[in-house]
Order: sequence, then structure tokens, then C-alpha cells
Amino acid sequence: MSYPDDLRYSKEHEWVRLDGTRATIGITSFAADELGDIVFVELPEVGATLSQFGTFGVVESVKAVSDLFAPISGEVIEVNEKLRDAPELLNADAFGDGWIAKVELADPTEVDGLMDAAAYADETA
Amino acid sequence: MTYSPHTEADRARMLEAVGVASIEDLFADIPVAVRAGSWGVPPPLAEQEVRAELARLAGRNRIPDVTFLGAGVYRHLIPAVVGEVIGRSEFATAYTPYQPEVSQGTLQSIYEFQSLICELTGMEVATASHYDGATATAEAALMACRLTRRSRVAVSAGVNPDYRRVLQTYCSGPGIEVDTIPVDLADGGDGTTDPAAIERVGEVACVIAAQPNFYGQLEPMQSLADAAHAAGAQFVAVVEPTSLALLEAPGEYGADIVASEGQPLGIPVNFGGPFVGLMAARMASVRQMPGRLVGATRDVQGRKGYVLTLQAREQHIRREKAASNICTNQALMALAATAYLTAVGPAGLREVAELSMTQARHLTAALESAGLAKRRFGGTYLNEVALRVPNAASRHAALAERGIVAGHLLERDQPELRDTLLLVATELTTDDDIERLVSALDETR
Repeated sequence: MSYPDDLRYSKEHEWVRLDGTRATIGITSFAADELGDIVFVELPEVGATLSQFGTFGVVESVKAVSDLFAPISGEVIEVNEKLRDAPELLNADAFGDGWIAKVELADPTEVDGLMDAAAYADETA
Repeated sequence: MTYSPHTEADRARMLEAVGVASIEDLFADIPVAVRAGSWGVPPPLAEQEVRAELARLAGRNRIPDVTFLGAGVYRHLIPAVVGEVIGRSEFATAYTPYQPEVSQGTLQSIYEFQSLICELTGMEVATASHYDGATATAEAALMACRLTRRSRVAVSAGVNPDYRRVLQTYCSGPGIEVDTIPVDLADGGDGTTDPAAIERVGEVACVIAAQPNFYGQLEPMQSLADAAHAAGAQFVAVVEPTSLALLEAPGEYGADIVASEGQPLGIPVNFGGPFVGLMAARMASVRQMPGRLVGATRDVQGRKGYVLTLQAREQHIRREKAASNICTNQALMALAATAYLTAVGPAGLREVAELSMTQARHLTAALESAGLAKRRFGGTYLNEVALRVPNAASRHAALAERGIVAGHLLERDQPELRDTLLLVATELTTDDDIERLVSALDETR
């Protein structure tokens, strides 16, 4: 399996797309496939402060309820409201329409500690 | 018939398999100093000796001729059909089966219970039930903390003191601070919670208030709900279920969570229960509800069926992150409530509530006109009333000797409520009961 080259990945199966001092975060297609049909996403609140590897939400599938772990620290500036009514976007397009939140980064260097696509592919192989 | 399934030979083989010489060796890691010594258990008895011993113990129960004791547990008529339904072997099992393949009857009964509780409370969703009113109240507080991401709760002093103690216990683990909103308990005061006091408690997850409150007084629930909402808090209404046949439903005055003791709905007055806790909320909060829910669905052939819904949030799946690790369902008692509500119907429940209210007024009037008691508070009461009675403690004890329980002696837990009895009347309170109380109190004047 291959993963988008422009993203960074955490061991907890979240991804980060950097855009200057901001980033978009979500869960990987690998995580979504493992969870099965996702039926509910508990989103963080706009304005909430995330700390790297801390929990920031919950994703519920037909077989499990799992915490979401922030791949980076920062302040939530936007959440994907579409997920409230269409949580299945996480299964359908984990790296695109299934994004979860946009974050103003507290420390952009944190990203350096995350995996690139090749390393994540090895991790999940 | 032997109750031990293993023979000596079985035990010897098991000990050999695990590689120890004796059963005693299995406890070798436990220091002798902390092991239980003698259990103090009497020697075995024959069946007829056990029966005689139990009869002797039961003989120590004091069953009053007349009682006006409520204070959270209420005596109501229980139609015979309730016992008949819950005694059926399909329901009276040691453990509630939930597998939809084999338990459609149980699941449907729980679904109907939830539907009845929603109808009674005016709320959108109800759980399959909790241990009792106190634990349902404490769970409601924890739920409010999850919903608001706050870690302080405020509870009115008009909530049953036992519930407040359970709340304190539940909150001590996760470090949730419990603030108490005072009730005006002064002689001649209104005996209710002041909505303005809510503004002063600051940022709390919820405000918890009881209707009627522990002192029988009717609280200004709408104003309390509005004040809670203005503070960004959830409003938790602790209600007495039969009163809902007369009073406004919590859903109408803006309660976010309803917690209740379901005992008055067809469950006898027992020391220690089992009772049943009711909890209802708004659909938007359903994922933070503790315990379990039964939902209606359709199977692959389009037939209606019932299943546990949102089960993924329960502790057997979510472990320490479950919505609650300290609650379960009281399925059989919930079934009693379902059978009771079905048997009496909306009109019957209203009659129960009206008769209780009428008899409480009769009781108050009889005691006041005889110059024996005076209402402690102003305001409105429903069917439980706090009355000032001089030398209440000694007269309460004297009446108990005569088989009359003159309500709950409030000074027992609350010294500031000296010489105040909390008396309840229900549809089972007869005019004769009231006359007996009046004359017995008169004789101890």
C-alpha cells in the first residue's frame, strides 16, 4: 500500500498536511479500513488547544470506539462539519474530504519527528 | 444434592496439574497476618433449623400499622399483574440476556420501558435504567461534565441528602468538585432553591435540582433551568415519577438530563432495594449517556427487531474510556415499572398523583386544625410536607412504639431542622390512618 507523499504520519495513524504555519489533520486510510464502517466522529471544538499525541476526539465504527490522537500541537481553527452528518467520508476519502480539523501550529518542528509516506508504508506493512 | 461439583479426586488432580501440594499453597503469596482468621460462620444446619432461624430473624422486623414515611421511597398500590409479569421465568433470570438472536422479548420490554420514560419526562431518549435514583443522579452529573468539558457541578441542597452523598462519592474519583446551592430552610421560609444563587457558583457543568424537592416543596424549575443555561451549564432535573402525571414534564422546562428513582412505579418499599434508576436526555447528548440503550431496527427480511444500540461506548468494548464503569441495568425492576405504567395508564397515574396530593392536604389540615403541627415552609408542596411538631424526636419515638411511623425526623441528619417531621401521603393513606396519627400525637402532647 502507498500513501500520499506530501503528508506526514504518526504511529497512531493520523496524518498532517502542512500549509505554512497551519496544518490539516485526519486519520489514514489504513486506520479507516481497520476500523470498518465509521458511524460517528466526535470533533474537537474550534479554539481547543491540541497537544502532540494527546487525544482530541473520538471516532466510532460499527465495531469499536477509538480516540483520535493529535499528530501535532496547536489551536483548532476549523473542523470538518461535513463529518457530523457524513462520517463515512473517513472511509471513502480519508486523505481528502475526510479531513478532520485544521490547526494553527504551535511548533512546526514537531512535524520532523513524524514519518514520511515510505516509513508509514513500512509501519503498516 | 451436593453444591460442590468437585470430588476430592478432582481437586487432587487439579492441584497436581498446577504443581502445588495443597489448596493452602495457592495462598502462599498472601501474608499470614492479613489472611482472614475464623469467619465466624455457624456450623451447618438442617433445612428445618434454617427455616426456624430465618423465621426468628424475620420476627425482629417491625412492620408498622400506619406509616407516613417517604423521604425518597414511596408506598403505592402495586397491581397484582406487576408481580405476575416480572415473575415469569422468561424475565426472572439471574442475568439479563441481550443477544438479539434469542432475546427479542427482553429487548422489546426494555425498548417499551425507554419509550414510557420518554413520554413521562418529555425527553427524547432514555436509557435501559440504572441502579437507583441516586446513582442515576450521579451519572447525570458525570455526563454533564463530559458534555461541557467542565469539572465542577452544582447541586441544590433540596436534592435528597443520600443522593448528594452518592454524587460526592462518584465525583471524588475523577476529581470533580461539588458545590451546594443552598435552600431557604428558615422557619417560614420558602424551602426552595434560589435561582439567583446559581449565578454565584461560576462555571459549572450542571445544576442539579429536584422536583418536588426533598422537603416536598415545588421548585421554580423553569427559572432554575434558565439560570443554569445562562451559565452555560446543563440542567439536571431529579424528579419523582408519579408527580409527572400532574407537574410540567422536565422536557418542557428545558431540562437537559432527567434522573429519577423509579421505585414508586410498581416496586415495593424494601430496605436496600432493588430499585431502578431512570435517566433521560436530549438526542443531541445520546453518545455521552451512560449505560445501555435498546433501539428498534429492521432485520434483513424487513421485520421489526430490537438490539442494543451504541453498545460500542460500553465498558466491555471501551474499557476505562467507557461512558461509565459504575453502572448497569436493572432490567427486572424496569420491567416492573413498565408493567405498572401499562396497568395504570395515564389516567390511573394521574389519579394516583391526585389522590396522594389530596390526602397530603387532608393530613396537613387535620394536624394544623388540631393545633398539633404547623407547616415549616411557605410555598407549594405536592404530597410530602415538612411540619413543625414540638418535641418531634421523642414523640416520633413514642409513636413508633405504637406502630405509627410519623414520617422522617429531619433533625436526624440536619440539626438546623429541629422539631420538623417530613410526612408523606399517597393513595394508600386512608382517612383512618390520618385520624390515628392525629390522636396518637395528641396523646403525646
